Formats: sequence, C-alpha cells, structure tokens
Amino acid sequence: MTMLGNFDFDVIRRALPYLFFEGMRFTLTLTALAAFGGLVFGTLIALMRLSSYKWLGRIAGFYVDFIRSLPLVLVIFWFYFLVPYIGQWLTGASRPITVGAFASSLITFIAFEAAYFSEIMRAGIQSISKGQPAAASALGLTYAQSMRYVVLPQAFRNMLPVLLTQTIVLFQDTSLVYVLSIPDFLGAASKVAQRDGRLVEMYLFAAVVYFVISCVASFGVRRLQSRIAIVR
Amino acid sequence: MNYNWNWHIFLEPNPMGTGTYLDLLLSGLVVTVKVSVLAWIIALVSGSVIGVLRTLPSRTASWIGFCWVEFFRNMPLLVQLFLWFFVLPELLPRSAGLWLKQLPNAPFWTAAIGVGLFMSARVAVQLQAGITSLPRGQKQASTALGLTTVQTYRYVLLPMAFRIILPPLTSEFLNTIKNSAVAITIGLIELTGQARSMQEFSFQVFEAFTAATVLYLLLNFVVVTAMRFLERYVAIPGYITGK
Repeated sequence: MTMLGNFDFDVIRRALPYLFFEGMRFTLTLTALAAFGGLVFGTLIALMRLSSYKWLGRIAGFYVDFIRSLPLVLVIFWFYFLVPYIGQWLTGASRPITVGAFASSLITFIAFEAAYFSEIMRAGIQSISKGQPAAASALGLTYAQSMRYVVLPQAFRNMLPVLLTQTIVLFQDTSLVYVLSIPDFLGAASKVAQRDGRLVEMYLFAAVVYFVISCVASFGVRRLQSRIAIVR
Repeated sequence: MNYNWNWHIFLEPNPMGTGTYLDLLLSGLVVTVKVSVLAWIIALVSGSVIGVLRTLPSRTASWIGFCWVEFFRNMPLLVQLFLWFFVLPELLPRSAGLWLKQLPNAPFWTAAIGVGLFMSARVAVQLQAGITSLPRGQKQASTALGLTTVQTYRYVLLPMAFRIILPPLTSEFLNTIKNSAVAITIGLIELTGQARSMQEFSFQVFEAFTAATVLYLLLNFVVVTAMRFLERYVAIPGYITGK
C-alpha cells in the first residue's frame, strides 16, 4: 500500500473548523428543521387522508403518491427553480424573488419528507384502537381535542422509533443538496478536496463521519425501541 | 407567473444534434432503465446471499451479514458513489487504478454497482425478515426429512420467503430507480441529468422537469403493474396472498 504513505492527515486537521462549524452545522440544522416541519405537515396530511371528507383524503393521497414516485434529486431541482416563482406569486412582486440556498433546501426537504412522515403517522394513528377516539367523543371531546390529547400522543409514541429512523435517512439524504453546490458537510468536504487536490482524504473522512453518526444514532434508536417495547 | 411557457420545445432539435429535445429525454430514460435494472440484479443477488447469511446459525456468517448491512446502510448513497468513483482507483495498485479510471462508461458501471450494493443492504434486511417470519416447523421438518442446509433453503425456505417479501421488494425496486438519479453527481447523464441539460440549453426549466416527472411516473406505473402480475402469477393458493 503505497497510498497510505501519502495519506495527509494534516489536510483534514486544517479543514476541521470549516467542515464542522460551516458544513456540519448546515447539515444538522437542515436535518432538524426538515424533520420537525416534515412531522408537522406529515401529521396534517395523515389526518387529511384519514378524514371522513373523501376529497380531502384523495388530495392527500395524490400528493403522497406523487412525491414518493420521484427521485429526491429531481425534487430538489424542481423546488430550486420553482420557489422563486411561488415567492413572487405570494408577495405579488414583479420578478421572481431570490431565495437563499438554505431556505430553498429547507422548503424542498419539508415538502419531500412530509410525504414519508405522513405514511408513518398514518400507520401510527391506525394502530390506535377504535375504542379510544370513541371514548374521547363519548366524554364530549371535539375532534381536535380527541386528536390532540388522545390519539396523536399515542400514535407519535408508538411510531417514535420509525420516525427517528426516517430522520437518520433524512440526515443522509441532506447530502444531496450537493447538486446545488451548497456547502453542507459533504459539500464543504468536496470543496476542500477539490481546492487542495485531496479527494481520497476528504471523501474517506466524510464517509467515516457520516458512518459514525448514523451508526451511533441507529444504535440509540434500537435501544429506545427495546425500552418502549417493555413498557407496552 | 411571468414565465414563457413553450410546450413545443420538445419537438425542436436539440443542440447535441441527436434529434429533438424529446429524443434527448428519452435517451436519458433508457440510461435510467439500464442502470436501474443492472443495479437491481446486483442488489438482488448480493442482498439474497447476505440475507441468508444473517439467518444461518453460524456466528461468523451472521457477523459478516451484519457488517455488510451496517456498512452500506450508514453512509449516504452519494458518499458511497464518491468512494467508488474517486477514492477506490487511488487505493488500488497504480496499474489497476489507471485501468479503472480509463474504463469507458465509468460513471455507468460505478452507478450500477454503487446503487446495487447500497440497495443490497435493504434487500438483505427484507429477506432476513421474510425467512424469520416463516414458522419454525418448516425448517425443522426439512431437517427431519434429511435435507441439507442448502436444500432446505433452496426448496423450502427461500421460495416461501421471496413470495412473502414480494410487495416490499417492489418498493425497493422503485427506490433503486429513484436512487439512480443520484448518479448525476458522478457525471451519469440519465433522465434527471438530461432534463438538467435540456434546461441549460433551452431555458425551458419547467417543461423539462415536467417531462422528466411524467416519465418517472410512467416508469413507476409500469413497474407496479408488472410486479402485481408477478405476485398473482407466483401466488400459492390458500397461502397469505394466494387465491
């Protein structure tokens, strides 16, 4: 292995502040906000799908199936070009508005993840026995109250491991903002790699970092899962 | 929205001189189909081997299966493609690395193998779930009948397990098609890539992406329909999804 002799750890060391304070911060903020937004909108979509209004369910179902049949890369491109026009339409401006890289990718990931989170929440809501909402309405709770205080907390709890696993997938998927040349963690690593001509070091390091974070996170999810399983 | 729509753009000649813009997109679709099918074969074959390894009583076998799945599941696909495309040729002996770099169509083969291995981890997990969902008596009965381990898997466990996991395998195949778009980052001009180049040449962003979207939806529809036929064809009467 002649190659390992040339392995330049110093390139990585020098790039560390940039990689983590710029790149990883972008990645983690995007992951957290997109997971939160995706969960909120995903729950709303799930409620629409399960509502007694047929047309609401149909719209939600169409949205979920539509988004889920498209590659994330294509969706990222779609929103990147579409969001300025939507912004123009919303604000009534005379030209397409300029949207920052972060806002654009956040909107994309919330819209994309909402479709996936909604399927998880739908399964969660359906896992609650019918007696529960029935009892809630017998007690005089409105639909909103019964969802807020009875059904959704349990659905969320039952689905927590799956939601967290989906968030790990989301964390990995955020690397795809690379196609817009946005410096997330991988984008930052790639910038340094190309500037210093050190592709091997930077990409191996990025791989190790993603691997360690995902491994630790999924180990945590597995522990959580076994804990929840005991309680039930 | 002050955007100049021009739906006739598809019939106008593309600057590559390969026919119309529609031909450009269709050639991208062909690449997407080719790369996805190849990746899916790789995923099915290696995923099945790993899935079986994970269910064997041997410690070493299940440890190998565990490592394989964790390795391919815990890195973003994009990073894995970069590892195969940029890093692997540098780590090999000089001559082998040079040969790899000069391979014609390198992005295509890298994408097929990279996406295939990425998906193999998911296939393995599905197959393992399928095998362990079978009643324990099936394996015990095979042993009692004097079947070897290989025969047990070949004639008893796998035929049933694959039938059970056919629906999730369908969505994994759809995922393979979608994931092939990630290969745009290593320079593979598949469907999304051709939509991108059409947008850059013609400035008709939304027409290009609409066409790509429609083609992906069509591809999805074809796969789902074909798999439904396959499910019905292999169904065993009286068993779960059987008639």
